[in-house]
Amino acid sequence: MTTLSACPACVAAPLAGHIAQQEIDAPDIILSLPTIHCAACIGSVERSLRSMPGVSAARVNLSLKRVSVQTKTLSDAALVARLRDAGFEAHPMDSAVLDNGKDPEGQRLLVKLAVAGFAMMNVMLFSVAIWSGASDSTRELFHMISAAISLPAVLFCGQPFFASAWSALRVRRLNMDVPISLAILLAAGMSFYEVLNHGLHAYFDAALSLTFFLLIGRYLDHRSRRSARSAARDLAALEVHSAQKLTGDGARTVPVSELAVGDAVLIPTGVRVPVDGRLISPEATTDRAFLTGESAPVRSITGNTVQAGEINLGAPFKVQATAVGADTTLRRVAAMVEMAENSRNSYTALADRAAAIYAPAVHLLALFAFIGWAVIGGDVRQALNVAVAVLIITCPCALGLAVPAVSTAAIAQLYSKGFLVKSGTALERLAETNVVMFDKTGTLTIPASRAVVDLLNPAQQAVARALAQSSTHPVSRAILAALPEGEPAVLSGVVEVPGKGVQGLSVDGLVQLGSGSWLGADFDGPGLRIGSDPAIALPLTEVLRSGAQTAVDGLRALGLRPGIISGDRLSAVTPLADTLHIEDRQAGISATHKHDQLQALADGGDRVMMVGDGLNDAAALAAAHASVAPSSALDAARNAADIVILNDSLADLPLLISVARAATHLSKQNFTIAAVYNFIAVPVALAGMATPLLAAIAMSVSSLTVLANAMRIRRVR
Amino acid sequence: MNILLILIPVSIILGALGLCAFLWTVRSGQYDDEAGTSARILLDDDDNSPDRR
Repeated sequence: MTTLSACPACVAAPLAGHIAQQEIDAPDIILSLPTIHCAACIGSVERSLRSMPGVSAARVNLSLKRVSVQTKTLSDAALVARLRDAGFEAHPMDSAVLDNGKDPEGQRLLVKLAVAGFAMMNVMLFSVAIWSGASDSTRELFHMISAAISLPAVLFCGQPFFASAWSALRVRRLNMDVPISLAILLAAGMSFYEVLNHGLHAYFDAALSLTFFLLIGRYLDHRSRRSARSAARDLAALEVHSAQKLTGDGARTVPVSELAVGDAVLIPTGVRVPVDGRLISPEATTDRAFLTGESAPVRSITGNTVQAGEINLGAPFKVQATAVGADTTLRRVAAMVEMAENSRNSYTALADRAAAIYAPAVHLLALFAFIGWAVIGGDVRQALNVAVAVLIITCPCALGLAVPAVSTAAIAQLYSKGFLVKSGTALERLAETNVVMFDKTGTLTIPASRAVVDLLNPAQQAVARALAQSSTHPVSRAILAALPEGEPAVLSGVVEVPGKGVQGLSVDGLVQLGSGSWLGADFDGPGLRIGSDPAIALPLTEVLRSGAQTAVDGLRALGLRPGIISGDRLSAVTPLADTLHIEDRQAGISATHKHDQLQALADGGDRVMMVGDGLNDAAALAAAHASVAPSSALDAARNAADIVILNDSLADLPLLISVARAATHLSKQNFTIAAVYNFIAVPVALAGMATPLLAAIAMSVSSLTVLANAMRIRRVR
Repeated sequence: MNILLILIPVSIILGALGLCAFLWTVRSGQYDDEAGTSARILLDDDDNSPDRR
């Protein structure tokens, strides 16, 4: 019997080792695929990668929108190029900086949860038999079996709590895990002692169900926090690691750390600039979207400044470094983001604040019970029994579940409405906000070419679609988005001419999609030319993101003060602010300045919710009391934000505030429920009248009440 | 009472079997990519096995 009952730990122990091993074998290359969304995408991504010689395995993770590729010979650039041909936007991610998509912590908790559940069910069967009248030798046998199952199970499953309690005690602090660990260990230890001494009562079932319920809370909590990633680490992943340094006898590849101010650096087409510098080539075209949020390519001439992180879209150019390493703008923004992230991590969650009051109170009460009974009754064993009953009855598990249950229900509801909540304390912080600041470009407005449909006939649309599909340039993407659904035309020999556009061959001859000057027309913006026909201009405009008006009105109705803080010109911001009836408008604000503006608002006592999408917003997003980013946002901005809007509309933004407020309200209500229940049950335990059955029932009832109350969040519309 | 000597081990073994099955699903990574798993059923050429790496 003992070999069998030791099984849970034996089964799980080698597993833990196996999971740890998985962490080490990271896949070779990880690419982020922001645009994949369905089974067809998975199929074509994996097929096109596996068909490349040198690729031994490719596996898409749709939840994380990533693909991990095992290859010994190929570079990430080759894989990105292959995926671009297949029509997917791909970005290499630094697998050393980012985790590899596995969730070993979650798996460990899940294993412990399963073992605790298994042990609890079995022990509960014996307990019910004992409660319903098994006596003498039968009771002793059942107690022995219960002990054999529970002791290893408790020691194995309670580890997360023991570890956390120990680390708190070591620095002479109390946290919620201290009473939890004490209750679990005392209940199991006391019961074992009772069993050895032929006692009547054993609390094995209580110890196990306490562990089980608390592990549920811990796992829910872990799941709701899992998607949080550091934006500062993402920015670090944007950095370039090697550069082409120009010396007297040509270009030499050197690590970026070896570059010094004054060095001349060659930047090939499609590569990120490694340093801040001055352009020494006559002309350069770069994508500055990650810094400014502006999607249009930027043209620079000799003497202009280029910054680390910009991507060269045109011909190779040369730069003389003016800032390297930690002095580059990219690094300074990253440092700012990291600082803001750290300061936000110091926010104390509701549960921690409650634990700070509750944990000492529980200990004192149990100690008081122990001393009281030992002095008055003179029986130390009886006194310890009562103290254990008090610790179990005061039930940290209702408190342990109070916040995770509510936040998980709220997060699930928000997910079904298209919001991804990334931070465990985001809802509490959102509920406290009274000001909402919007970024303009990419957040309130999106680039679009509304007129495309009216300007092109179906045949021309098909050609435009085929050309736009083969490029990931922001303008191509905007045109593609404006085109109605349909089949692309059949083209051959499609090539992207950097800085100019895309061209290919159709039945009508040469077809081109690109800048007007390239097409030989007299307009500047993008255009389409088919064969020998004159080029058609496709003017790009900014349109209001759908639901923006609803969102602003709804937020105002909830008592929030809306404002716009944009890096764009005042002449572009004013009409938009007028349309949305927003008085507070600030234009031409740089990334650093945005961060400072938000800090100033915070110092003035306002709690700001920031909505933004660019890298120029990342620092502001991290500094704001709570922050939201659309899914189209840059990786760094998405990760700096607490919440990501997964669908295109902003219309449900007010719902976010309503749900957050309801969640905080329900969490507080749950604490009240747990307190009221303790108020009734504690005197019973103190009086020494709490039998194991009573403790088990009371504990379960309080936990279930708290869970049921949390479900009420679904009624928030 | 003798029936207990059979039923108790049987119930524990059945429970342990369920536990082992669950641990196997965790270990083979079936909870790593929930969205992907539900989409992969639509693929014709999928090998149906989650990544074991």
